Amino acid sequence: MLDFIYKIISPQTVAWLIVAFPLAGATINGMRSLVASRFGKETSHSLTSFIGCGFPILSFVFTLVTFLLLIGFPAGQEPTMITGPLFQWVLDKTLVVDIGLKFDQLSLVMGLIVTGVGSLIHLYSMGYMGHDEGYTRYFSYLNLFLFFMLLLVLADNLVLLFVGWEGVGLCSYLLIGFWFEDPEKAAAGKKAFVVNRIGDAGFLLGIFLIYTTLAANNLPISEHGFKFFNFEVIQHYRAYLLPYATPICLLLFLGACGKSAQIPLYVWLPDAMAGPTPVSALIHAATMVTAGIYMIARLNFLYVLSPTAMTVVAWVGALTAIFAATIAVTQNDIKKVLAYSTISQLGYMFLGLGVGAFSASIFHLMTHAFFKALLFLGAGSVIHAMSGDNDIRNYGGLKEKMPITCWTFVMGAAAIAGIAPLSGFFSKDEILWHTFHSGHTGLWLIGFIGAGLTAFYMFRLVGLTFFGEPQMSSTKWMKVHESPPSMSSVLLILGFLSVVGGWIGIPEAFGGGNHLHHWLEGVFGKVVVHEEMEVSHAPEIILGVVSVLWALHFAILASVIYAQRKEWPEKIAGRFHFVYELLLNKYWIDELYDFVIVRPLLFISRNILWGVVDEKWIDKYAVMGTGQMVLFWNRCVTRLQTGIVQQYLFFFVIGVILMVWRYAF
Amino acid sequence: MLINWIHDHFLTLLTFLPALGGLFILALPKGEHNSIRALALGTTVATFVVNIWALFHFKILTDFTFQEVIPWIPAFHIDYRLGVDGVSFLLILLTNFLMPIVILSSWREIETKVKEYHFLMLLLQTGMVGTFAALDFFLFYIFWEIMLIPMYFLIGVWGSGRKIMAAFKFILYTMAGSVLMLIAILYGYFKAGQSFNYTQWLATPFTADEQFWLFLAFALAFAIKVPIFPLHTWLPDAHTEAPTGGSVVLAGILLKMGTYGFYRFAMPLFPEASAHFSPYILTLAVVGIIYGSLVAMVQKDIKRLVAYSSVAHLGFVMLGLFALDQKGVEGAVLQMINHGLSTGALFLLIGMIYFRRHTRQIDAYGGIAKTVPLYSAIFLFVTLSSIGLPGLNNFVGEFLVLVGAFQTKTAFASVAVVGVVLGAIYMLWMVERVFFGGIKHEENKKLHDLGLREVLVMLPLIVAMVGIGVYPKPLLKMMSLSTENFVKLSNRGVIARTPSVARRTKQSSVEPGLLRSPRLRSGSSQ
Repeated sequence: MLDFIYKIISPQTVAWLIVAFPLAGATINGMRSLVASRFGKETSHSLTSFIGCGFPILSFVFTLVTFLLLIGFPAGQEPTMITGPLFQWVLDKTLVVDIGLKFDQLSLVMGLIVTGVGSLIHLYSMGYMGHDEGYTRYFSYLNLFLFFMLLLVLADNLVLLFVGWEGVGLCSYLLIGFWFEDPEKAAAGKKAFVVNRIGDAGFLLGIFLIYTTLAANNLPISEHGFKFFNFEVIQHYRAYLLPYATPICLLLFLGACGKSAQIPLYVWLPDAMAGPTPVSALIHAATMVTAGIYMIARLNFLYVLSPTAMTVVAWVGALTAIFAATIAVTQNDIKKVLAYSTISQLGYMFLGLGVGAFSASIFHLMTHAFFKALLFLGAGSVIHAMSGDNDIRNYGGLKEKMPITCWTFVMGAAAIAGIAPLSGFFSKDEILWHTFHSGHTGLWLIGFIGAGLTAFYMFRLVGLTFFGEPQMSSTKWMKVHESPPSMSSVLLILGFLSVVGGWIGIPEAFGGGNHLHHWLEGVFGKVVVHEEMEVSHAPEIILGVVSVLWALHFAILASVIYAQRKEWPEKIAGRFHFVYELLLNKYWIDELYDFVIVRPLLFISRNILWGVVDEKWIDKYAVMGTGQMVLFWNRCVTRLQTGIVQQYLFFFVIGVILMVWRYAF
Repeated sequence: MLINWIHDHFLTLLTFLPALGGLFILALPKGEHNSIRALALGTTVATFVVNIWALFHFKILTDFTFQEVIPWIPAFHIDYRLGVDGVSFLLILLTNFLMPIVILSSWREIETKVKEYHFLMLLLQTGMVGTFAALDFFLFYIFWEIMLIPMYFLIGVWGSGRKIMAAFKFILYTMAGSVLMLIAILYGYFKAGQSFNYTQWLATPFTADEQFWLFLAFALAFAIKVPIFPLHTWLPDAHTEAPTGGSVVLAGILLKMGTYGFYRFAMPLFPEASAHFSPYILTLAVVGIIYGSLVAMVQKDIKRLVAYSSVAHLGFVMLGLFALDQKGVEGAVLQMINHGLSTGALFLLIGMIYFRRHTRQIDAYGGIAKTVPLYSAIFLFVTLSSIGLPGLNNFVGEFLVLVGAFQTKTAFASVAVVGVVLGAIYMLWMVERVFFGGIKHEENKKLHDLGLREVLVMLPLIVAMVGIGVYPKPLLKMMSLSTENFVKLSNRGVIARTPSVARRTKQSSVEPGLLRSPRLRSGSSQ
């Protein structure tokens, strides 16, 4: 079978088709949606679903085929492939950008996650968005997102990566503001785009610095061909980047902070929950927001050159992890809790990157994609059942009405809380273990406390939503129903993945093979393997057991409190009123940004630059002033032309005197 | 044979075909509005077709192609001398591409003095193409002035609001620059041995002082056109009050006259002076990017907002030109074209909605994405192009400008990157207020969406935006040798900036190819 495929179409064609399918889906559905809306007609939902889900699934299948093709290579050969340039995008004598795709261990993992989880969420959307009038438009955006996301993870150079990077930002913008009639949602979309753009500016400067540094050294042209944005070339010449490694890495990290919602640019992600819930699951949890982690992992060879940058990444990650976790404890909107949880988990991934545990981060990225997509889709199922109500204080006791949603959600919560042997335990524990082991005890402590908080807020959510007494009116309670099979089946698949997804990365200490780690060694090298790790597994096991107990403790505490003893948290909130307010209002960071940046900028632009500089100084005084001056002299000269001969004679005499004076003396 | 004649006279044909059509329009009776429009459209389409024809015969050379030289006024050594390089040919192509769109877009907007409007438009086209094609300073100046008069009337007669004031401001500003340029041209004429020939001037060694003053005179005229901060205040008024077609031509092509002037004349002719002024102009360019964006952000009138955004966009072009790096210059030229497409498209779209609602105030809209979905989709698309989304045209240009400038003028490029962020803010905020949210005004509920003619107006622009964004290589290739030559010529000043006068004259005679070598450059600056 594979031989047959191999003969008919080359692997390169397969590779390009992976990217092309979602684009085709987006284009077809986009055109249909536009034409239909122009003439006020309805599009056929079934055709939309067929196109909108068919192409992503095809894309997934082709990614799988590529994966199989590449691992089918003879032993000892790296499972990598570079498609080579489809065409040259920008061409100058000193700058060449090839449009090419790169398949290696890392991009294959990412590609499988993106297309796999992506396809599942497309299927789920059929049920969730079934009644929406923008159904076709929705699917065209979602396919477009998949296209850009695949471009991002499969690109073989930084410029094409940036194309995908901004493209997913665009789709995020369009999908957050999908229900644009609500001004708040439209504003949230814009905020996401703008905040991301701030990061992108840093990203651009970072890649310019890479280019400039490499171009400044007289490197042999025959080797690099001026493809200085190409990963291969950068990796090959990374030694030349050593003097500028820290600024390059920090600038790129700024981009990652924007896209992956880290301090100080995380503010857009909670607002992004305004989009449809499957979008939150796909874009704002499973895939797009992990782009920053992917980018740093991809450029791992640069980051290891700069210990300073690594430390910054680790600290920003750890601080974001605990910062967002504290906020999540007090939020009452189910999607906001999950959003802050996402920010927090992304923080863990950055922590892993920062301490050099690249493969652990990618591992956590993968398991997170499973369980966070599951949690969001579960939340979507609940919101669907509650006819659009997001407030967890109005839920309660939903376990009876929606068992599938409930138990898959609990599974997801247990996975994120880090309870063994679910997927989240292995990945999070690996990050924490590497942090601890590499001597960053402070960072480890932060991560450890954060893990407890994670368990606490997740089971608070579970307790309030599914257990305890229903907090809604009985009419509403009657209407609550389990979601249709098209949605619940996706929950089951993701639930399964959340449980077993971690088993491909079970570390040797727990008797596993750590397959993912070894698989990724081709990309990350063996930099993260510490020698004594091979010797003794005892500390790792001890830490693992401790963190399971720690998480379990908080999980039980939270579910008991919030399911049965609801008055306790209120009492605590009353006693620590300030802390509670601080967390509930998210440390007033949005307000702070508004007060310190947004308002002054608007004030200066409106009242000083436009009102004073433009209208008054330049236009009124300088330009019109010049005009007035001309008119003034004009009048003066006109006055002189009196027609009185005596007066002319008088001027003539004065002139003569002056000239005589000038030349005589 | 006619075909052979055409092959030898592409530029003459391109320049005077529109004016010829204009003469025929004058001959038509006044009331025949549709015949007038059809004739104008036919003329512009024919010109564009000839331009495409010429494209196939265009040879990528360092030197000028399609040269035509006919002695015109021999007593003063004035020649009818035309010729284009890759850059000016692309700008002519842009002009001839936009003109049919402009004529088509004003089909229903212009109802008064239809005959005069179309005549002036065609005359304007002749002026613009001629300016890009002229290689004789006298001829150049004539075309330069021919452009101004139709524009003055287009704003003053068919404009809106304070149109007289806007037209007056436009002509006052531009004339001030032109006069100084005329004086400089006359000085250079005598200095170059009584020659208006551009190539002759290139070979003329101007002394440092001469360069200083001549550059100032030329640069002022061009800087007003660009416009460079703080000479920009004519632009918001002129753009806003002009009729749609006028705004499109103004933004799409007339602004490029300024940057083209820097490219063709001010920088290669006076390299030392341009090296001397480079830090100041770069500063003003970057200030323009930031300042234009910030002021655009707080505008209440959509058209004014786009007008201020031009200040920012053209700032990028100036940054690219003065980066004196080939990538930067290529990016700058590409940005000239991109700005013509994107901002032109925005003005067309604003014209369409103005035609329906007779207001351009952002407040007057809100939520119209519901009532005019196709219009909104196209507007959003053009907006994305304008803010430089990768995959669309502006990104390519901005990227090249920034990467080139970062290499040679790191500090300026680093600040200019802020403009990328600000661009997203002002455009998307405007889009949000105009298209999203609930419908606030009753009138907006009955808006009708784009018709076939309007879609046809927008379609070529959209195709061009995607085309350039995805595959810019053909355009870059066309201008590659010209921009390389430009960098060589304009870089002469960087090498010559040594105290000794003798050394300067010696240096400028060095074979230009050697000057590109970084080692030599750094060696001479020590």
